[in-house]
Amino acid sequence: MDSVEALVAHVQALSGNPEEVSHLHSLLKQSEDSLRSQASRLLPFLEQLDPSKHSLGYLYLLEAYSSGPILREQASGYLLTVVEFINSCSAEQIRLTPDKFVSVCKSFKDQVMQLQVAIQGVAPLRTAIRKLQTSSEHLTTLHPDFLLLCLLSKCYKAALSILDDDIFEVDQPRDLFLYCYYGGMINIGLKRFHKALECLHNVVTAPMTALNAIAVEAFKKYILVSLIHNGQVPSFPKYTSATAQRNLKNYTQPYIDLANCYVTGKFSELETSIQTNIEKFQADNNLGLVKQVLSSLYKRNIQRLTQTYLTLSLQDIAGAVQLKTPREAEMHVLRMIQDGEIFATINQKDGMVSFHEDPEQYKTCEMIEHIDSSIQRLMGLSKKLSSIDEHISCDPAYLTKISRERQRFDFDDFDSVPHKFLQT
Amino acid sequence: MDGDEEGVVGPMGDEAMFPNGGGDGQQQRGSKAVMGGEQMDVEAYASLYTGRTKVTRLLFIADRCGNEGMQLEALRLAYDEIKKGEDSQLYREAASKIAGRLGPQYTLDQAWADSIDRRAEQRKDKLENELSGYKTNLIKESIRMGYNDLGDFYYAHGQLGDAFKNYVRTRDYCTTSKHIIQMCLNVILVSIELGQFMHVSNYVSKAEQTPDTLDPVTVAKLRCAAGLAYLEAKKYKLAARKFLETGPELGNNYAEVIAPQDVATYGGLCALSSFDRTELKNKVIDNINFRNFLELVPEVRELIHDFYASTRVGGRDAGHPLCHLSLEGLPIVGYLAEGRYASCLEYLENLKPNLLLDIHLHDHVETLYTQIRHKAIIQYTHPFISVDLHTMADAFKTGVAGLEKELEALITDNQIQARIDSHNKILYARHADQRNATFQRVLQTGVEFERDARAMLLRANLIKHEYNQRAARKI
Repeated sequence: MDSVEALVAHVQALSGNPEEVSHLHSLLKQSEDSLRSQASRLLPFLEQLDPSKHSLGYLYLLEAYSSGPILREQASGYLLTVVEFINSCSAEQIRLTPDKFVSVCKSFKDQVMQLQVAIQGVAPLRTAIRKLQTSSEHLTTLHPDFLLLCLLSKCYKAALSILDDDIFEVDQPRDLFLYCYYGGMINIGLKRFHKALECLHNVVTAPMTALNAIAVEAFKKYILVSLIHNGQVPSFPKYTSATAQRNLKNYTQPYIDLANCYVTGKFSELETSIQTNIEKFQADNNLGLVKQVLSSLYKRNIQRLTQTYLTLSLQDIAGAVQLKTPREAEMHVLRMIQDGEIFATINQKDGMVSFHEDPEQYKTCEMIEHIDSSIQRLMGLSKKLSSIDEHISCDPAYLTKISRERQRFDFDDFDSVPHKFLQT
Repeated sequence: MDGDEEGVVGPMGDEAMFPNGGGDGQQQRGSKAVMGGEQMDVEAYASLYTGRTKVTRLLFIADRCGNEGMQLEALRLAYDEIKKGEDSQLYREAASKIAGRLGPQYTLDQAWADSIDRRAEQRKDKLENELSGYKTNLIKESIRMGYNDLGDFYYAHGQLGDAFKNYVRTRDYCTTSKHIIQMCLNVILVSIELGQFMHVSNYVSKAEQTPDTLDPVTVAKLRCAAGLAYLEAKKYKLAARKFLETGPELGNNYAEVIAPQDVATYGGLCALSSFDRTELKNKVIDNINFRNFLELVPEVRELIHDFYASTRVGGRDAGHPLCHLSLEGLPIVGYLAEGRYASCLEYLENLKPNLLLDIHLHDHVETLYTQIRHKAIIQYTHPFISVDLHTMADAFKTGVAGLEKELEALITDNQIQARIDSHNKILYARHADQRNATFQRVLQTGVEFERDARAMLLRANLIKHEYNQRAARKI
């Protein structure tokens, strides 16, 4: 009891400036165990502290409290406390002990999921991520949890701001897998198929030494989204890990069969293929996507027609695409025109559809701005690439490795590596 | 075109498909309309060849022709030819195929077969003994001739694999280019019979690399062999070039492999299906050497000329004159020469049944024909902005619906840049807008670059983690 009070007093006293805070930090680390043992009685002490000024101390107490069991009655109160803490804590102080912060947020997430109020957790976790990140390119362990809550609560749009950030720095590879997988799923929910494809592609081609379940599931969705978006599944690029290349296909046979059927373009074959494997698709929760694949086959066939015909009767369209009546063909074409996937006009009197060229002339102001912003982004990206390249070429580890290989050649031929690095 | 008959040959009064090479009494027909499918005169056809290929061809015809009269004729000729040689296996085969249908003269003469086998054994032993004798004496020339004789022996007896091995073994003992040429030609012959055209190409290049200049007949033979190898490999353009380069000195000198009529047919068809217009004109129509060959098969000559000298009446051609000069130099305006494609395709159809009986060409006939038809359609639509599908269907003697399907396939394949107005049944040429296409490609490239660069940086970061982990573990 006394130690806790004393600790609280320290916290209140020593939270002024950075040196005091680091002193406080060491004190707190020493008393970690004692805090843990008194977990259940810490709640009243929390109220004595101010989360924004005494963030570090508050965090320690809060983490000790949440490491113990949380009773049902106290759960909602706990949630409120955490939310308040997250919203008002100071980012520099919590970055001193990121793991504690992460564990608090994780227990928060567990509670939220247990009580099935996922939607309550969305906004706080987003704030938490922003506070924990050192830069917007940084992937924290909280990212996948956040996306999981968004998925469970179906608040896809809330995830957009986080998803649109480019990630270049990763704490834990496992986080990346989960993050990209959930990100892919959210993008599918938002129907941004090209972004979903990007996320899932990252999972499938990430370097891995052993196959993991996330990659397998991601590959299944990757096949389906590729079919919807591009009409075909591309083969593995060169940089895919050997493990993935060899093993992924063994676990996803029904999907590969589906892809092969799709490429032939026959609707009935695709339907039968889906029917044979329908339980597997359902078990993987992919049935919705599979249905979308089916309807995308019509779209693709109609799009192919626009390349060869200027005008075509609805009857012929129905025949070519294997629809049953011209009426269905008309509905499909109408929907595609509305979605902007083809450019055409339907003449109901003759039952004819005339296909037009894409009216985009690339002459408008918006288009110029779009092109300009793309150019800026790409220039930024290539500057980043060249700076990383420079950075690596000055890295001592790299130079030692290169010099080890250069021993084979005459020193006179290659003298750009200073001698200091030639002794290994 | 068919040569008129002096005397009717064959049980059904067939007209000659291939007039006799070097035939002097046969008249050539002028450019008349083509008649419906004539049947091949088996005897005239067989007389173009000698040796083993004659028998193989006759047996092939017997298997494939589906017409009993022709079949029996072919089998009879094959039997006679085999009896002149020493291949007992082939003899038994032919006899069993005849199955007694040609009377007692053409049944299996077991005694003859057995005597052949006995003699073969004796000769083989003799040759092998001689060869081992030569080998102990180490006289190169004798060893070479010993192996050569063994090769000839096995070839005559139908043991082609052994013949091949022995011919190849002479290689080490060849001293002059003449020897090398002889060896190569032997190997080529056996390889063609065996159907192993890889070896054919190899040995043709070997023969062509000899330092001495070759006599024109050998050059022509080698070209034909190379052409056959390319034909089997489905490289029609290269095959056509080889056949077109064959000199007229070939004559009947390579009758154990190929007849000059075949050179014309293979070369003509391959050229039609794979050359563009300029090449067709330069290498085929203006080729004086090849003209000699084409004279032997007037149908092929006519069909090539029809294909090339097409006028295209019936489309709206944005101010271009509607006339085109035919090869005879007569301006043909509004003449019904749009029927040229139709007549060309008709010649092809008439040639087809006989070509299907040719051992080298039969499995390529369909592909070549489809390619020629496609080329004709593409050539037809090329100069126009719009083409009426009804007129075009008449020119190609097909229905509008079928034509539309064919055009659709060609457009999807990107062989024709056009679009079909299905309502009015018109084909409109379509030229892609370069500017828009460029903008689209630029934006697309930007998107892809961004995506790939970001993914790459991410992966680099992951690999760095792995590396750091491993380094940490080492410490």
